[in-house]
Amino acid sequence: MDILTVVFEMLMAYVATICFGVIMNIPHQAFNSAGLIGGISWGFYWVISHLGVGIAFGNLLAAMLISILSMYAARYKRMPVIIFNIPSLVSFVPGGQAYQTIRNFAIGHTATAWGFLMQVVVIAGALAMGFALGELYHQIGLHHWHRLLKRQSK
Amino acid sequence: MVNSDQEQAEVISACLLAGRILVENGSEISRAVDTMERIAKNAGMDSVQLFVTVTGIMLSVDNQPNAQVAGISHRTIDLDKVARVNELSREFAVHKIKLSQMVSRLDEIDNNTPTFPFWQKLLASGLLSAVLLIVFTKEFIDAPAGFVIGAIGYAVFYFFNRQFKVQFISEFFASLVIGILAALAVKLGLGVYLDNIIIGGVMPLVPGVPITNAVRDTVAGNLISGPARAVEALLSSIAIGCGIVCVLHFL
Repeated sequence: MDILTVVFEMLMAYVATICFGVIMNIPHQAFNSAGLIGGISWGFYWVISHLGVGIAFGNLLAAMLISILSMYAARYKRMPVIIFNIPSLVSFVPGGQAYQTIRNFAIGHTATAWGFLMQVVVIAGALAMGFALGELYHQIGLHHWHRLLKRQSK
Repeated sequence: MVNSDQEQAEVISACLLAGRILVENGSEISRAVDTMERIAKNAGMDSVQLFVTVTGIMLSVDNQPNAQVAGISHRTIDLDKVARVNELSREFAVHKIKLSQMVSRLDEIDNNTPTFPFWQKLLASGLLSAVLLIVFTKEFIDAPAGFVIGAIGYAVFYFFNRQFKVQFISEFFASLVIGILAALAVKLGLGVYLDNIIIGGVMPLVPGVPITNAVRDTVAGNLISGPARAVEALLSSIAIGCGIVCVLHFL
């Protein structure tokens, strides 16, 4: 694990996020921030997965990071959150595993296919859970800030 | 407070139009509800009841006998429209624009929001395929083949979607074409690993918006829309899978 590989992976995720953004027709003012979120979270995922946290926990943390960063970006850019979090998620889609599931079913290796299907389900579930946790963080954080501001004004 | 019936009708139509644009173009339900409530409140109507799902919106005003309905028959993905409606609702909240202006601006958003030209979308989908191919498989050899096949696959999807307006069929044909071209490329020696090219090629077709919104809607408590979107995403995935299986079966 060297720093150059991580930077390269992040750059790739940055480009992928922007390309997906073009397909989803996101406003061009949001390109850079969405790309950065995609790049940073993929780099983060790459590092923690090489530290050995496993696919489920790694995806969960990465999705949580995307969700948290996206909401900050949304507040900063004054745009809906989905403009940032949907394109950023594209590098995390379990495309390889989904393909292997279908391929193994098609050629009759059913046992292998079930294994890959389980991976797809685990990753998708982890991503969903991560998003939910990220939203929870913001809901809690929001209340927290409100409380802090109120206390200060008193 | 809104006085005349005509003004009330205008508020209602603005709300319904805004909600319809949002849901049609890939916004989550809670955002649509929030925006519609805000428009109504800022126009001076405090007592609006809303029921929003992915396939239709119902809106009624207290003390009025009739409810208004807007059906949503097709959904696409155009996040620029979502952002614009959001912006417009914010402008309306600070009284920058009047209600009549709001309706005409909403119409304008609905009908002529600029999209990226077709060739740019093609380029983007090709690049997306190539880049994700590298990210997923750590192999560089197939990136050029992935680029071309991803772009062609997206073009097929785009063309069929315009012709037939049934998303699942377009996805099926697109992935079928991707599979055939990938097999051809490997046969002709233009690519090395069939699996990698197909994985990269189908990435632009992945139903990212339905999946994300399914989760968000379900978490937000919209128990009709969330699972409905999950079914939509599942159908898209199955359509893509079927196209690929058709090709793999003959190899």
